Amino acid sequence: MTQTVLTGEKKTDTHPVDALLRADRLPHILCPGCGIGTAMHCIVHAMAESGIDRDKHVCVSGIGCSGRVAGYIDVDSYHTTHGRAIPFAVGIAVQNPELAVTVVSGDGDLTAIGGNHLIHAARRNIDLNVICINNFNYGMTGGQAGPTTPLNAQSSTTPYGCWDRPFNLPHLAHAVGAPFVARWTVLHVRQLKDAILRAMQKPGFCFIEVISPCPTNYGKFNNIGSGLEEMESYRRRCVVDHDANLADIEIDLGQEDSPIVVGNFIDVDREPFRPILAGPVREEKPHAAWAGLRKTQFVEDKNGPE
Amino acid sequence: MTPTSAAPKVEGEDLAARVQTGTHFMLGDHACAEGALAAGLDFFAGYPITPSTEICERLAHRLPEVGGKFVQMEDELASMAAIIGASVAGARSLTATSGPGFSLMMENVGLAAIMEAPCVIVDVMRASPSTGLPTAVGQADVLQARWGSHGDYGIVAYAPSSPQECFDLAIQALNTADQYRIPTFIMMDEIIGHMTERVVIPPAEDIPFVPRKTPSEPPGEGTFLPFKPDEDLVPPMAHAGQGYRVHFTGLTHDEQGYPRLTAAAHEKLVNRLVDKVRLNAEKIVMYEEYLLDDAETIVISFGCTARSARHAVTLARQEGIKAGLLRLITLWPFPETRIRALLDTGRVKEFVVPEINLGQVRREVERLTQLPVKRVNNPGGAMITPDLIIEVMER
Ligand SMILES: Cc1ncc(C[n+]2csc(CCOP(=O)(O)OP(=O)(O)O)c2C)c(N)n1
Ligand code: SF4
Ligand SMILES: [Mg+2]
Repeated sequence: MTQTVLTGEKKTDTHPVDALLRADRLPHILCPGCGIGTAMHCIVHAMAESGIDRDKHVCVSGIGCSGRVAGYIDVDSYHTTHGRAIPFAVGIAVQNPELAVTVVSGDGDLTAIGGNHLIHAARRNIDLNVICINNFNYGMTGGQAGPTTPLNAQSSTTPYGCWDRPFNLPHLAHAVGAPFVARWTVLHVRQLKDAILRAMQKPGFCFIEVISPCPTNYGKFNNIGSGLEEMESYRRRCVVDHDANLADIEIDLGQEDSPIVVGNFIDVDREPFRPILAGPVREEKPHAAWAGLRKTQFVEDKNGPE
Repeated sequence: MTPTSAAPKVEGEDLAARVQTGTHFMLGDHACAEGALAAGLDFFAGYPITPSTEICERLAHRLPEVGGKFVQMEDELASMAAIIGASVAGARSLTATSGPGFSLMMENVGLAAIMEAPCVIVDVMRASPSTGLPTAVGQADVLQARWGSHGDYGIVAYAPSSPQECFDLAIQALNTADQYRIPTFIMMDEIIGHMTERVVIPPAEDIPFVPRKTPSEPPGEGTFLPFKPDEDLVPPMAHAGQGYRVHFTGLTHDEQGYPRLTAAAHEKLVNRLVDKVRLNAEKIVMYEEYLLDDAETIVISFGCTARSARHAVTLARQEGIKAGLLRLITLWPFPETRIRALLDTGRVKEFVVPEINLGQVRREVERLTQLPVKRVNNPGGAMITPDLIIEVMER
């Protein structure tokens, strides 16, 4: 990447992940102190280490700041509509099972407007890696509350404090059948990269929650401070517990003394979704009761085709 | 008809399983599914809804037999997103629904349009709005097919009038979608979907196949611009996994596919999305004429209503009324040129537009003429009878 520094002097240093990014799209739109760039860094490193041909990696995003990730990674990438990254990715993954499809999107995109798709893709165990960047709010639209906004938190749509109970995402993903469930923060770059790598190599629906600062629209209004200060609080509060009881790992972000439990919680074998392939050379046969749906009545052709 | 090459997409055993050559007594919904299979359908995603469910059920049986993929999704938002995803991965993809699901699909019809992801949406229309009369006929989604998603974009919509045409137009729709890289609609209605009639399926080699254009440069050179159109305004399409490392976005984008958030880039892109259909309208438009040559009263109709209209025209002629029928096979593009040519003869005295809605096609006709445009409507639930059409002609 070529950078122009303030003096006008040109630096030609390259960054190790340049080759994995669409350098012609940089600089990115993300704010200083935002965690999304770090998550993206972990994703491209995992892609590089995955041993999967880069041209077989696909990245799909919805809409939001987190949804912009697809636009920066130099693989076939699709920036879809708000909430629909998962079903779009289902279409790709089912059509071409050779592809390693990674969905990267925000907490609002994947668990509010796209929540129904999340639970069904997990239930079906579609071969997808879903990376949910949880910054506790709708960053892109200016800091509204969403399904992960902590109780009592301030946001532009909860001026009296948030009174909805937030999702506990690993617990949710586990309950709906995801065979791999992890949570890390963007402070845990190595562990996060390793979890993503595991997801890329594991068949089936792998869900990773990434806790990430949004200093611009969340930290500022909730006494968290800058991105760096939020990272500092992750360092103080995070507890690695791979065997945690998932029902007990809700995040109470506003309570400095409550831990944020992270880890690779679930990693079990579960048969991934595969479309039925029947027919002469294949095993499955439809139940005889439905034969009428397939066969049509042939009629004697007296007149020939007209 | 669009120019077609006769090269079938699949060969051998698969082809024989796909194309059930012969004469059948077949349900309209099933004929639509069989047409799609014959045209090389790879992927179906859908959610059951009357009166389209038989398309979904038929494909649940038949797609696996021919190596295609069938997925029943959690809703129509997901179904529409999934067929676009499959399309960008190289599939010929289709979904089928009715009004309530059609409304949900509108969200991503716009995404298919702006991503130029070819796909086919079948809407078997029932009486609406909302849940309406779930098992009874309607034809009130005509304007929704054209304008249902936000913004300006081009689409093509076919309206079959018989099970045979459900078969034929399913093939046509998949070809048109690929040729222009657009979402394409098959606007059936409950009566056509649930009608059983003779359907002749031709030999496989007679099934027309229009392929999607693919890049001429190999991947890896970095020279391919995924949204750079050829002269026909349609860009060749690179699929996921081919090595072109494309980026597709619902944001306004440049020829590279990268977001370009300016009014100028928007104007260029949106005009092209509209123009690739608008400028090819004469090639795309399909209609059938019946006794139009000397007609003074022109009946314009489509779908099941066109069957009544045709009979009404026959009876009217016996009564000495110089009636003729223009049956719309494409609802969109609308056959404006043909209607203008009829007007130019100076012979036409009036139009009669029977349709099972409160005047959606009539509105299009009124746009083209000052002559009386008589309506024969009901909002859904029952067929319009020939008597009613003649009564209006005589008024
Ligand atoms: C259908 C629809 N509704 C609303 C929006 C507006 N919108 C864009 S992004 C967004 C929320 C994004 O939040 P999240 O997914 O958490 O991503 P973040 O920006 O926080 O990374 C909303 C509501 C939209 N684009 N589409
Ligand atoms: S608004 Fe928040 S999430 Fe969006 S780029 Fe800025 S810091 Fe990141
Ligand atoms: Mg968010």
